[in-house]
Amino acid sequence: MMINHPLLGPRDAAEFVYLGDAALIDRPDWRDENAAEKFHDYLYLRDNPAGEHQELWYHEQGDRSWLVVTRNTLSHDILKVELARDVARARGRGQKAGQELSEPVPVAANDLGVFEPGAKAAGAGR
Amino acid sequence: MQYSGWKVFWEGLRGNKGWKPVWREPDPKPDYDVVIVGGGGHGLATAYYLPKTFGVRNVAVLEKGWIGSGNVGRNTTIIRSNYLLQGNEPFYELSLKLWEGLEQDFNYNAMVSQRGVLNLYHSDPQRDAFARRGNAMMLAGADAELLDAAGVRDLYPFLDFDNARFPIKGGLLQRRGGTVRHDAVAWGYARGADAEGVDIIQNCEVTGFDIENGVCRGVETSRGKIRAKKVAVVVAGSSSRVMAQAGMRLPIESHVLQAFVTEGLKPVLDGVITFGAGHFYCSQSDKGGLVFGGDIDGYNTYAQRGNLPVVEDVAEGGMAILPLLGRLRMLRMWSGVMDMSMDGSPYIDKTPVDGLYFNGGWCYGGFKATPASGFCYAHLLARDEPHPTATAYRLDRFRTGAMIDEKGVGAQPNLH
Repeated sequence: MMINHPLLGPRDAAEFVYLGDAALIDRPDWRDENAAEKFHDYLYLRDNPAGEHQELWYHEQGDRSWLVVTRNTLSHDILKVELARDVARARGRGQKAGQELSEPVPVAANDLGVFEPGAKAAGAGR
Repeated sequence: MQYSGWKVFWEGLRGNKGWKPVWREPDPKPDYDVVIVGGGGHGLATAYYLPKTFGVRNVAVLEKGWIGSGNVGRNTTIIRSNYLLQGNEPFYELSLKLWEGLEQDFNYNAMVSQRGVLNLYHSDPQRDAFARRGNAMMLAGADAELLDAAGVRDLYPFLDFDNARFPIKGGLLQRRGGTVRHDAVAWGYARGADAEGVDIIQNCEVTGFDIENGVCRGVETSRGKIRAKKVAVVVAGSSSRVMAQAGMRLPIESHVLQAFVTEGLKPVLDGVITFGAGHFYCSQSDKGGLVFGGDIDGYNTYAQRGNLPVVEDVAEGGMAILPLLGRLRMLRMWSGVMDMSMDGSPYIDKTPVDGLYFNGGWCYGGFKATPASGFCYAHLLARDEPHPTATAYRLDRFRTGAMIDEKGVGAQPNLH
């Protein structure tokens, strides 16, 4: 399989490590009333669909970015590749509670998925 | 019809005109005591033991395609009981004991061959871990023998003992392990179940469950509604898809496992060997081909085919211990879809829906478990309590923290 990396172009899937369903981005809040049950479902239960599947791939032998790959589990066709960071932000991760982002977070020049200690965080709560 | 050497001889004299189909092709009845969803090895084994051992006779097996069309015909045919943990080892040892008596029991030649399974170790810590495993096996009544390098050399002098990266220091040998003719297992169980009056219904896909007020009363199929007091799902490889029809999410991901066979050669490898520093296992089939496999591909899939990086990885693992492999040509490769569970161990359990039972999550170790899986599932269905060796295979074990994680890698199915 070839994964069309949004920053690097087509890369061999062998360069990546597979984590699983992109639902793993949606980590429950430990302060929720039924957090134990939510964490059980989050950690152990899977939709495991036959067909389109959004999943997390980590470019370990490359730029170490996390990607969300939309792939068909029946044909192995890759339909869409996004930076996991963008998907997570679109889903509202990395925001302070109660704070809505009115527009997309600007991506700083140094913010190509490489974490630099001490670098000024782009956007809220990075 | 009872099979015997005499029967073969007699039919030979009569031009083989007396052989008959070994199972019926009945139409589904409107209701059954137990409907088994899935006519693979485990489903057919369940159908065999339900009437024979537990006296439940009004049983049907529903199979979407033809029986044995899934993983029972796609594995590398190895049987063994070399597990470590308490929840697993007694179960797999029960399975191995059932294998030992299987052919006499169901009067079918399944070519059970106890040719020995040897797990190689390559370092001192791995030797210690294997010694511990061997002791756990013996505590459960299995056999285990720890060999040093000289002991392995006596058995397989052609291995690469002095490999610079992974020298072979010895191995854990289970002499009672071996191989079985996999398709014959499905056919033998089907024939045995049919003889006990079980209806085996092929080309009958389950399209839904008839669930009222938390009670399952039957299934909807491509051949109409069938009512049942108990519905037993055993469809490893498609578990999530089938159970989604009952509104359940499972602790399972579907992954693909590839297997390979080389061109035929003269007898060279009389047992099963496995590589301890990577993932590679190999045996020689009766036709002469070396049958081998390795890791799963590692991503969710329902396609019964894998990709090339794993082919390369398996070949490298093979070359690390078995250099003669490099001179052989690969004849065929194929794949099967595995139910990879969250701790690497299976499920045989009731579900939250009354009358609906589930058996699955066999990862890539389901074939060796076929007899015990069928036996324990039949026990659960007939008596509504788990067989003593299968009490740990609960569907809700992650909620209580009672995982059976042989590898200790956590809830990461592609690492089991």
